[in-house]
Amino acid sequence: MDIKKDVAVSDSGFVFYPTTGESFSVNPLGMEIIRLMKDDKSFDKITEYVVDHYNVESSTIEKDLLDFIEMLNHFSLMEDDGEG
Amino acid sequence: MEKAKYTIGVTALNAIDNPGPGVPVIRALQEAKSFDVKIIGLSYEALEPGIYMHDIVDKSYTIPYPSTGTHHLMNRLREIHDIEKLDVIIPNFDAELFSFIKLEPDLKKMGIHLFMPTIEQYEERQKVNLPEFGEKYNIKVPKSEAIFSLDKMPELEEDFKWPILVKGKFYEASVAHNFEQVNIAFNRISSKWGLPIIIQEFIHGTEFNVTGLGDGKGNTIAAVPIRKQYITDSGKGWGGIAVTDKKLLEITDRFISSTKWRGGFELELMKDNKGDFYMMEINPRIPAWIYLAVGVGQNIPEALVNLALGNEVKPYTKYDAGKMFVRYSWDMIVDLKEFEKISTTGEL
Repeated sequence: MDIKKDVAVSDSGFVFYPTTGESFSVNPLGMEIIRLMKDDKSFDKITEYVVDHYNVESSTIEKDLLDFIEMLNHFSLMEDDGEG
Repeated sequence: MEKAKYTIGVTALNAIDNPGPGVPVIRALQEAKSFDVKIIGLSYEALEPGIYMHDIVDKSYTIPYPSTGTHHLMNRLREIHDIEKLDVIIPNFDAELFSFIKLEPDLKKMGIHLFMPTIEQYEERQKVNLPEFGEKYNIKVPKSEAIFSLDKMPELEEDFKWPILVKGKFYEASVAHNFEQVNIAFNRISSKWGLPIIIQEFIHGTEFNVTGLGDGKGNTIAAVPIRKQYITDSGKGWGGIAVTDKKLLEITDRFISSTKWRGGFELELMKDNKGDFYMMEINPRIPAWIYLAVGVGQNIPEALVNLALGNEVKPYTKYDAGKMFVRYSWDMIVDLKEFEKISTTGEL
């Protein structure tokens, strides 16, 4: 669940990774999730937060959250992917 | 205290679709904090745009192509020096670097200072010498082989996996997926740039570049890594962003300290899917995107001039990541009289 420390997300959902200079766009929920990850919130805490704030079942958000993390991993934005 | 004013000759004023570094180098010098400048543009062609940028270049002179021989170049530089009293020249064209390196001692006797790599440094980083360079300095480089004939290709097939890169010794490269494409690229590139042709392992990944400055004693004076974000059809960066990858800075430090690199440079690196960096090319000059380095806090041309003149230079240790350059083109309206003057008298 550790997103790389220097990944930055702006209020407009613009995500910037200064190590590689790559940038991405996320929707408002993606932005909130990245911020929670940067605050070191656990997977369960983030799921709880989304269930509390959005009209969604926890089983649905768990699957979507796993997909989202997989995508962050794919773009090398998560720790422990073998990069510095 | 009043700042010193230096007269600096700058080449590569060809701010065209494959731009030379001259104009951005001059912009950097004009923003130097430690000195003021008078800029003397040194051009090979009457249509190099920098000649007509009067807020960039104070005075321009044409100089002969290096292929005409170094003595012609030296004679012309002597004529210009008699008028302008040049303190420093910054050569920025690949094709002229060797001539200027050769002329450096003679120019110094005249009072013109350069800060360029040594002949040995210039030679050993040549594309054809890259494998030996990588081995000597423990820097990963793609597997490559220089060939003078296509007859060598069947032998090489065992050592290389398709696709491969077919590269000219100075410029141009093509990706080839089969022998037929190698044939076409070999003939096209060798007819333009001569032999040998370099057959190189194709590294899948993302390209990064670093510009920097070595003091000739093994110290890094400046280093700014970027990722090009927009690359034109001819392979030139038209937009790029400063990045913070520590590995790039480590490789740059290792390159400078192990070679004792003297002067400005550009490293071209490829990061593969495992996160390993391969040195693809070492350009022994300032790149055309140098103004981004100035924009993020490292005025490399200013530091180079100070090193050339023996002034004290403090190494740059930081830069602002996340700043970008976006290049653009601009049409100037030029009076025919100006074109006439530079074409006929060699001065403007």
